[in-house]
Amino acid sequence: MTIGEMLGIVLSLLGAAVAAYIAANAYTAAYAFHMIVFTLAGFGSAFLIFKRYSIRPAVTPQEIDGRPNYNYGPVKFTSLAAVFWGIAGFLVGVIVATELAFPDLSMGLPWLNFGRLRPLHTSAVIFAFGGNVLLATSLYVVQRTSRARLAGELAPWFLVLGYNLFIVIAGTGYLLGITQSKEYAEPEWYADLWLTIVWVTYLLIFLATLWKRKEPHIYVANWFTLAFIITIAMLHLGNNPAIPVSIFSPKSYIVWSGVQDAMFQWWYGHNAVGFYLTAAFLAIMYYFVPKRAERPVYSYRLSIIHFWALIFMYIWAGPHHLHYTALPDWAGTLGMTFSIMLWMPSWGGMINGLMTLSGAWDKLRTDPVLRMLVVSVAFYGMSTFEGPLMSIKVVNSLSHYTDWTIGHVHSGALGWVGFVSFGALYCLIPWVFNRKLYSLKLVNWHFWVATIGIVLYITSMWVSGILQGLMWRAYTANGFLEYSFIETVEAMHPFYVIRAMGGGLFLIGSLIMAFNFYKTLASPEEAGAPEAKPALAAAE
Amino acid sequence: MSLWNKHAIFEKNSIILSVGILIVVAIGGLVEIGPLFYLKNTIETVGGVRPYTPLELEGRDIYVREGCYLCHSQMIRALRDEVERYGHYSLAAESKYDHPFQWGSKRTGPDIARIGGKYSDDWHRAHLNNPRAVVPGSVMPRYGFLADSPLDYRHVREKMKVLRVEGVPYTDEDIAQADADIKAQSSPDDTAAVDALDKRYPKAVAHAALGGAATPTEQDAVVAYLQMLGTTVDFKLYDEKANWR
Repeated sequence: MTIGEMLGIVLSLLGAAVAAYIAANAYTAAYAFHMIVFTLAGFGSAFLIFKRYSIRPAVTPQEIDGRPNYNYGPVKFTSLAAVFWGIAGFLVGVIVATELAFPDLSMGLPWLNFGRLRPLHTSAVIFAFGGNVLLATSLYVVQRTSRARLAGELAPWFLVLGYNLFIVIAGTGYLLGITQSKEYAEPEWYADLWLTIVWVTYLLIFLATLWKRKEPHIYVANWFTLAFIITIAMLHLGNNPAIPVSIFSPKSYIVWSGVQDAMFQWWYGHNAVGFYLTAAFLAIMYYFVPKRAERPVYSYRLSIIHFWALIFMYIWAGPHHLHYTALPDWAGTLGMTFSIMLWMPSWGGMINGLMTLSGAWDKLRTDPVLRMLVVSVAFYGMSTFEGPLMSIKVVNSLSHYTDWTIGHVHSGALGWVGFVSFGALYCLIPWVFNRKLYSLKLVNWHFWVATIGIVLYITSMWVSGILQGLMWRAYTANGFLEYSFIETVEAMHPFYVIRAMGGGLFLIGSLIMAFNFYKTLASPEEAGAPEAKPALAAAE
Repeated sequence: MSLWNKHAIFEKNSIILSVGILIVVAIGGLVEIGPLFYLKNTIETVGGVRPYTPLELEGRDIYVREGCYLCHSQMIRALRDEVERYGHYSLAAESKYDHPFQWGSKRTGPDIARIGGKYSDDWHRAHLNNPRAVVPGSVMPRYGFLADSPLDYRHVREKMKVLRVEGVPYTDEDIAQADADIKAQSSPDDTAAVDALDKRYPKAVAHAALGGAATPTEQDAVVAYLQMLGTTVDFKLYDEKANWR
């Protein structure tokens, strides 16, 4: 038994004991439940490490017949987890959208109310679906572009299982009313601590795999992943410092207050978009688009310029969420200025992705997977134009607090993040499981059903957002406000129904995808299929 | 193209690349957040802002727990229509004791930064139980279960101690009297206790507990919180020009 395995078993059992002690003294039943989950996870982890030890070969070879012995286990797990969490997250999204049209759908049950389900939806799609897609793709890409097996044997499994444990704790917490109310950072202090440990493991595995690389250069996709891992760590630590009421209580109070807390929140919140949902998914674009199109990345120099410009400017954009509030004007103006400048590096990435298709545009007709990837980049271009527009103070005075923001987020989330993820999964799952994708025709159906869903979603939110913003500020000829607030709510009803239908179509699309993957995995393994071509050469 | 070749140092060394990334992403936050802690005009000088009473604090924790901030903002922007619809624009000082802030980002429902005192306690109770009973077009969920849940305030003193560490000026007496203050604020018959509460927390409104229950409910706490929102600052005495920035 290696030192790592012994340490793993000891720490797992120790963790289980601490969690059991806290569970026995917990202030609330919900917190006790969470600590029991941690206890079971600790025992499960010790058992799995021992079981693995009893069946594993003495030494795992780094290479077999001169080829790297890639570690696809964690990639397989996270790619399937992404499909599961995606469907769960989209489903909760359709439920909350329907609740806004028909509020008594929640039947007054605390855990079905909009306020508890909405964080479940956002966390499920961003951190559970998106997070697992990012783990799957980044752990695959870093191995292939480094031509080296993933660093560590237990650590990658700790990363992917630990991350999904965090998801379970966070999601069940929202339903039980455990939240610190910081948008997209709702999990309480103990979940945050756990995520910190998992995230540091992620950074170490990623760096250690880069250190093993056989290529002289670090491939461009890995720059973006590295920027994502480092920046998310910084944002997480900056936004979440809190003092728990007691170690036996799930409740904590954030150390920041008022205006400073608001600034920290949107510094975090906007860069969760900038790094989680943009930089990290650009890493997917930089590997899967050239790979699928069988063309090199369009411009190496453009990738350098837009990489550094993007990560530098994104960080400044947060205060545009706080125009005309009690945040000082100078901060809002800085945020707006950088948001507008950010348009350029964003479109630099879009151009680099789209122009990679040069000489291969005909493949869009025949390959729906590539079409999905390319349309995602087009949506990326559209929402990164809309974002700077909405950050301008006068536009923001109309759009802020309305559904326009929701529509904007979803053009990015469904169109860009969703489609680039689906495209990557359609590539990745056949590759790592060594199967042939069951049906391209079903991919085509997924593409069109989901696209119509996105169009319904974002157009209805544009109309409702701009309509509501205009109604709020409408004056009569006598100089009185024309509409009461509730009149503006009632005007939203038809758009909320259309939005829910759009979301429903997007969900149906993902179910088609899940069926396609089920049939793919149920088919027999491709016997002796040649390994996919070696990884792309590093950009020179 | 020697300049482009120089970038190879980042591509060949993961540590140099990591340090480069960290420096580049740290700058924006340092410039935008740092000054908010020392520029004096960030938070206005204004009288009246006080810490939450223990009952209001418990109510606020329930407000957070139920995710109310997802549909209700507590931030009136300095725009004509907002000031006319909701009242004086929000000051930074008004949320200086808010850990965390509750400004919100979406108005599926109206802003409630100044909801305090605009409706009666009974209206709030009826509205929480079934919003459509008093506002037919409302899309708010029902929160009737709050009226059926006794308030668990066993740990309110621990909460106040944590907030004191974070800078909320609770005194030893405030913390020692927390249980008595909760009782006084939810069953206002004991005038001596109510006076003591009012001395510690000026303008704290006392609320009759539902049906004279022995212990306050979660709904009592939420109503107490809602009824104090935006009421602490007297804007007749507020000198806007002294706080220009």
